[in-house]
Amino acid sequence: MSTLVARISAEPPRRRAALSGTALAGLVLAALAALPLAAEAAGLPFLVVTATRMMIFGLAALSLDLVLGYGAMVSFGHAAFIGLGAYAVGILDAHGIRDLAVQAPAAAVTCALFALVTGAISLRTRGVYFIMITLAFGQMAYFFMVSLAAYGGDDGLPLSGRSTLFGMRLIEGDPALFYLVLAVLAVALLALRRVVASRFGRVLRGSRDNAVRMQAIGFSPLPYRLTAYVIAGAIAGLAGVLLANQAEFVSPAYMSWQRSGELIVMVVLGGMGTLVGPVVGAAALIALEEVLAHYSDHWRLGLGVMLVAVVLLSRGGLAGLAAKIGRRA
Amino acid sequence: MTTPLLSVRNLRKSYGALKVTDDVSLDVASGELHAIIGPNGAGKTTLIHQLSGSLPSDSGTVHLAGEDVTPLSMVARVRRGLARSFQITSILDGFSVLENVALAVQARSDSSFRFFRPSAGETALNAEAMTALDRVGLADRAGRRAGSLSHGEKRQLELAVALATNARLLLLDEPLAGTGPEESAILVGLMRALKATHTIVLIEHDMDAVFALADRMSVLVYGRVIASGAPDTVRSDPAVRAAYLGEEEAA
Ligand SMILES: Nc1ncnc2c1ncn2[C@@H]1O[C@H](COP(=O)(O)OP(=O)(O)O)[C@@H](O)[C@H]1O
Ligand SMILES: [Mg+2]
Repeated sequence: MSTLVARISAEPPRRRAALSGTALAGLVLAALAALPLAAEAAGLPFLVVTATRMMIFGLAALSLDLVLGYGAMVSFGHAAFIGLGAYAVGILDAHGIRDLAVQAPAAAVTCALFALVTGAISLRTRGVYFIMITLAFGQMAYFFMVSLAAYGGDDGLPLSGRSTLFGMRLIEGDPALFYLVLAVLAVALLALRRVVASRFGRVLRGSRDNAVRMQAIGFSPLPYRLTAYVIAGAIAGLAGVLLANQAEFVSPAYMSWQRSGELIVMVVLGGMGTLVGPVVGAAALIALEEVLAHYSDHWRLGLGVMLVAVVLLSRGGLAGLAAKIGRRA
Repeated sequence: MTTPLLSVRNLRKSYGALKVTDDVSLDVASGELHAIIGPNGAGKTTLIHQLSGSLPSDSGTVHLAGEDVTPLSMVARVRRGLARSFQITSILDGFSVLENVALAVQARSDSSFRFFRPSAGETALNAEAMTALDRVGLADRAGRRAGSLSHGEKRQLELAVALATNARLLLLDEPLAGTGPEESAILVGLMRALKATHTIVLIEHDMDAVFALADRMSVLVYGRVIASGAPDTVRSDPAVRAAYLGEEEAA
């Protein structure tokens, strides 16, 4: 029997899907690493800026996937964490604290605490009520920042410049910021892949699929869901730190409910519960935004049509579609 | 007298005017297989919900090995050795058969707030899960997706999951529901084997199975226990014949 155990643990049933996911992630990362040079050579430096934004929102969508895709918690206030992370940079910057070594932990801790408090309350509810209450908390954070006149209020708050890292001005240039964002995204992606496969992740996934079953074997889903919510909030806060640096500006608009809605669209479009899918979904959405907005003011209509098509063609979003095509080939 | 493993006193539950559990009292001794029979809608599943802690009672008490577990949640009762199965199969379809069981082992093995080590490769959890799967005869299905099992195999898996919680007392809600004759024979054999190691409360419609397995039985009608005792005594009880068994024979 022990050989049977060894054989089974060496061959988890989703091995193939996991491998294709790794391959896809590796491919995307490799292509991205070469992008700044290629963009420079092609005389299209703005591509670096666009790709940086894609990855920043990819990071935020990735974190939302832990909550939405693996925890079945439809959080409609996730942009609040981006905003809080960005304001951590903006407010510290306004007080002369410009180093990422302080800003990033401050943002992550602020967001984790906000997630802990709002999550502990929101997670008493499920379904539509959870959507509504997370939306309400998101709006509270939004209006709080709007009313904070000392830090720009409605108009937002320009930074004095990009953050330093251990006192060095490392991310002044767009390519350097691009590589920092790429590194953060890659680390977050790899870390979350481990998290969802861990003991913790298994309880989270089990509670998503059948909470009563989990209780019947002795797990209360709540602490696991809350922990996922806190982790996701902290990561989205880091996305906010990067966004503030990319724009050199922070604004309440980062945390509007439309932004939260877009994050959900990114996750669903890319494929819930796949991690890499939502990153692709974020890139696709921002690409569409740039391309479609170029042709028409009504680009959101085109986006709607595409979203319907992707969801109808494959419940698994773009990641599911890719897997389908991969199987056929 | 030794303390019964499960002791239920004056348990009640109403939905509006409908008394679904009506003053139920019941003792189950350690090592006993106690069957609960009764027509559809008698309140058997509701009683299991109340015993397992997934549904609060209006009044009455439940003691497990002398401890009052009435105010405890289902999770807390599982930790004290009271596990249940479901009338409608409730497994994690998207997980492997092994992982369904390994999760029940994980629930009682150290903390699950571990974030980096892949859980599917934890050999200690998997080995214990394999022992439970072996006991229900599903060892060769371990790597399969649970959703792809046949109905009978899913019922076996439910038993393996309950076993893997390290329960002393198993509450089984119609484990034979929806199974064919062959599947049902396997499950009856399985429960006979489980009797050696576990105290069992068995709800079942299949009278052949009940009379083959039960040490004692209770008959539930409209939420009331109308008879309780050894199977032969209960079988010949006139009230039972009138209310239930006679009806069954007539049908
Ligand atoms: N949540 C509920 N609300 C109202 N009535 C219920 C509820 N759950 C069960 N009942 C009723 O309680 C009675 C007993 O149901 P149940 O315990 O499922 O019976 P059994 O398992 O013996 O077939 C039935 O008449 C059923 O309709
Ligand atoms: Mg029932």
